[in-house]
Amino acid sequence: MTTDNSGDVRLAGISKTYGSFSAVHPLDLTVPQGSFFALLGASGCGKTTTLRMIAGLEEPSTGTVHLGEQDVTHLPPYKRPVNTVFQSYALFPHLDIFENVAFGLRRRGIKSVKKQVEEMLDLVQLGEQARKKPHQLSGGQQQRVAVARALINHPKVLLLDEPLGALDLKLRRQMQLELKRIQTEVGITFVHVTHDQEEAMTMADTVAVMNGGRVEQLGAPTDLYENPQTTFVANFLGTSNLIKAEVDSGSGDEIVLKAGDGKLTLPKARCSAPTTAGGTVLVGIRPEKISLTHADDAGEIPAGRNRVSGTIAEASFIGVSTQYVVDSAVCPALAVYVQNVDRDPRLVPGADVVLHWSPAHTFGLDAAQDIDAGIETVEEEAA
Amino acid sequence: MAFVRWFRRHLVVIAGLLTLGYLLLPNVIVTVFSFNKPKGRFNYQWQRFSVDAWKDPCGVADMCGSLSLSLQIAVWATLGATLLGTMIAFALVRYRFRARGAVSSLIFLPMAMPEVVMAASLLTLFLNMGAPLGFWTILIAHIMFCLSFVVTAVKARVMSMDPRLEQAAQDLYAGPVQTFLRVTLPLAAPGIAAGALLAFALSFDDFIITNFNAGSTVTFPMFVWGSAQRGTPVQINVIGTAMFCLAVLLVLVSMAIGTRRNRRKA
Repeated sequence: MTTDNSGDVRLAGISKTYGSFSAVHPLDLTVPQGSFFALLGASGCGKTTTLRMIAGLEEPSTGTVHLGEQDVTHLPPYKRPVNTVFQSYALFPHLDIFENVAFGLRRRGIKSVKKQVEEMLDLVQLGEQARKKPHQLSGGQQQRVAVARALINHPKVLLLDEPLGALDLKLRRQMQLELKRIQTEVGITFVHVTHDQEEAMTMADTVAVMNGGRVEQLGAPTDLYENPQTTFVANFLGTSNLIKAEVDSGSGDEIVLKAGDGKLTLPKARCSAPTTAGGTVLVGIRPEKISLTHADDAGEIPAGRNRVSGTIAEASFIGVSTQYVVDSAVCPALAVYVQNVDRDPRLVPGADVVLHWSPAHTFGLDAAQDIDAGIETVEEEAA
Repeated sequence: MAFVRWFRRHLVVIAGLLTLGYLLLPNVIVTVFSFNKPKGRFNYQWQRFSVDAWKDPCGVADMCGSLSLSLQIAVWATLGATLLGTMIAFALVRYRFRARGAVSSLIFLPMAMPEVVMAASLLTLFLNMGAPLGFWTILIAHIMFCLSFVVTAVKARVMSMDPRLEQAAQDLYAGPVQTFLRVTLPLAAPGIAAGALLAFALSFDDFIITNFNAGSTVTFPMFVWGSAQRGTPVQINVIGTAMFCLAVLLVLVSMAIGTRRNRRKA
């Protein structure tokens, strides 16, 4: 790829307030040319408002929007080299598929649209349906028309507002791969708004997690997952076990913490909270990073691993793995996912166990935050 | 037994046909009596078949003049009421302003007002203003009472329109004028057409308000009323039948176009 940066999206100090309500707090964001960028968050977190400000459908209260070198803050939507795939598609019901796709070309005064439209419809595998009306197509087909209608204009940036929200799970997975393929093929900057964390992680190169009108954390999906900086990110992306612990001593690169009677070790680089001796920190660990050993075999656990002892409260077998809920003195209901390689028949509810994991997989968060941030919202969306 | 079973199975169809007959019987009478050759001045008793009236529809003095006047008034009233009513409907649905709810209710008041009361008070208004009664006072009155109906029809349509469609048009390089012409207007068209048809029908056959505010001008409904005192020419039935057939023809043509377009699209 060349060093063309005309597809960069740069938001500087952009914010949106309605009366006394701040939908988006001043935020700076740069989306590099050609990248697949996701804005992830629960409903009402300001992600759609941010997208609409890039599209020009919403005027920012403060700040500027740049596309490449061009300041587009005060340009109306029809003068921006940006196209949107709307939530529920917004296809024109009075026009057939062909005319829907040709709409943008015709408005720009292009006379011979037939060839381009037919190529575009073939790309999304809808060549046969050109003369049908939108309501005669299935949800997945309508979704592809919406993508074709936007992409045919070769926008600098394609904005996607929850484009897969109305599709069933199987079709959604299929369209995720399809969109990713199209993005790689055309090399256009995609900005994708979604509340589905799996969707954001599978599709995007960079994810910005938004909460309450602010960007909580921005980074590559693996970064966000392995090294969350806030409790919201830790809980919203996947599941995290968060254990309240007291800072005992900080020596070199490692911090030693006291949780109940036990000691936990945490690399200093993976702790986003201030660590003064005597202060509290939330120790985080992902459920699949934890190993489970029966209390009788506790001696076999290698030294240097973080340990917590507890009792199995629930065990559910789900094929590839077994998911345990373990009650412990330091934290109620710790989640543990164990791959079903060698199943230990003693690991049943009521059994005493030792949970242990590598200190390198531990992360530390500021204990001043709401420990449950991001949990309810996920359940609400799933319902 | 067999008859009872047959009757029960077809009860819905029979009831439907009877109702349809009840609805259309007056039209049949109008049509049949347009071929009558009455004795004397009144066309109330069937005498014998004749096409005399059809051969000479304007044979009655002043009738075709009043018909043409009624058609002119109906066309202008439809245009005026549709234009104003559509704008009002869009304003009521799309914009938030003070007293929007109050305005919305006030618009419907003329529909609830007894027509004869409105007619009398309109006359008072025109007389006090010193306006000469005639074509213009009739037109103003017609536009006024058609407005509420147009607003109702268009408003229902505009309310069901997704504002995102217009945003999508803007996103696809359509400026405000293009967005209105290419997306907003075609989507609202069925509601506007329904409002316009209603306005035309209401204006064309209005008698009460027109009678009060016409001065010496005579519209077609006034002519029919006036002639009914002295005798009813067969030509009235001819005009009635012709208009009925024209309406049926328009409906059939629009249906045929609709099915053909759908078949081609599919």
